[in-house]
Amino acid sequence: MEGPATNTAMETGPQSARGIYRHRLPVRITHWLNLVILVVMLGSGLQIFNAHPALYWGERSDPSHAWLAMAARTHPETGERQGITRLFGREYDTTGILALSAGTPRGFPAWSTIPSDHWLAMGRRWHLFFAWLFVLNGIAYLTWGLATRHVSRDLWLHSTEARHLPRTFRRHLSLRAVRADVEQGYNPLQKIAYLLVIFVLAPLMVLTGLAMSPWLDAAFPVLVSLFDGRQSARSIHFIIAFGLLVFTVIHVLMVFAVGPIRELRAMFTGRLPPRQNES
Amino acid sequence: MDRRRVLRLLGLGGLLSLTGCDRLSQSRWFPRVLGKAEQFNHRLHHALARRDSMAQEFTEADLSPVFPSNGTRQPVDADYRLLAARNFADWQLPVSGLVRNPRSYSLADLRALPSRTQITRHDCVEGWSAIAKWRGARLAALLDAVHPLPQARYVVFYCYDTMDFGGARYYESIDLEDAFHPQTILAYDWNDQPLPVPYGAPLRLRVERQLGYKMVKFLRGMELVESFDAIAGGNGGYWEDRGYEWYAGI
Repeated sequence: MEGPATNTAMETGPQSARGIYRHRLPVRITHWLNLVILVVMLGSGLQIFNAHPALYWGERSDPSHAWLAMAARTHPETGERQGITRLFGREYDTTGILALSAGTPRGFPAWSTIPSDHWLAMGRRWHLFFAWLFVLNGIAYLTWGLATRHVSRDLWLHSTEARHLPRTFRRHLSLRAVRADVEQGYNPLQKIAYLLVIFVLAPLMVLTGLAMSPWLDAAFPVLVSLFDGRQSARSIHFIIAFGLLVFTVIHVLMVFAVGPIRELRAMFTGRLPPRQNES
Repeated sequence: MDRRRVLRLLGLGGLLSLTGCDRLSQSRWFPRVLGKAEQFNHRLHHALARRDSMAQEFTEADLSPVFPSNGTRQPVDADYRLLAARNFADWQLPVSGLVRNPRSYSLADLRALPSRTQITRHDCVEGWSAIAKWRGARLAALLDAVHPLPQARYVVFYCYDTMDFGGARYYESIDLEDAFHPQTILAYDWNDQPLPVPYGAPLRLRVERQLGYKMVKFLRGMELVESFDAIAGGNGGYWEDRGYEWYAGI
């Protein structure tokens, strides 16, 4: 892979014939590794969730106090099997997706879990192995990013950007503006989203994961008190997982919105190709 | 490449990767590679925690209104039913293996040993947690009395409950570090009453820094061993023989 001669921030501004050097190799490697890791973590995490498809706040899991619970039941009149998801006391019929799918009572459906069958022991193996990959990949990215000042130059909001945030926010409600600014590096909203994921959601994900370990709770009681109990930690872990999923979906939608071919090429080769009349 | 082609490729890739995960899960080598994380976690967790780091203890106000009974709720085994019918008056706990003084304990003997009462959180591998009050004989006191031989490394617990049609009975094992931990007790009382059958009458194990499947119910006997390779599936426990981690601190 070719790289820039010096350790400068990502190139912005006028484009050469070969495009703009956008993503350096460590960013590209950790980015694609992270995609694989997140897919495995979500799939195996849903497998683990399915072993007890309910969530609570506090230390205990009193069945009457679940804020989210999935269960199959037989409809009293029609006799049909239904998947019922109860969220904050309200019941929703989610047959086919949540609580009951392919005729089997299970929280999330087979197509979303790793492995696809109900197999908690194997789900845990995947999850607890890839958790380490997630942490190591994150440490590698952050170490590199802080050492080369990638984080402070490319990700951190410049003072002018911070000052004009409300205006930028309004401007970037329009996709045309987002498209027009692609060559300028990450736009401020994009930066905020990335910073939130890297410095808030990912660390919280790791901490809430650790807080579910009874051994670590004994060694470091602050882990579990930080989240107001082991079941709260489990709830937060689940909510952040979906936060990361929502982030990923928006991230991919934005790539498609601004030009999937150019953006994907930039993430694979590092270089954002020059604009053409896009198809 | 147009957009539709990219989308189709992405979809296909996703599908392939999920069936790929199933293939890998069924293979012999891949779960073994994944299992390396367990050994690493086990070592790291022991390096991070003090030997006597204590699981959090709670107050009466924190007790679960309903404590779940998981696994076997009522053993159907004939020998167990006979004992239960006489309220466990004839029940005995033989302690054997690598000990200088092998002997059997009645419930009265166990109640005479130094005891400990603790209100702790029980964490199931499935994800739920419940809080109860346990009172029992300190395993350390019992072990001091039978005196483990120097080569003893694990305590194996044998249970009355048959788990499947294959006839396998529940069993588990812990290392001596956990066995001598102050909160490790052989519990005979639950919430101030004699241990009810659904929770493991007449005696169950509490190992508070690990998950529930370690804490065997319906105790039938104990053995001190150097290795559990030759016992049942060789992985140190009923669930361990079925793919669960021996180190259940996560």
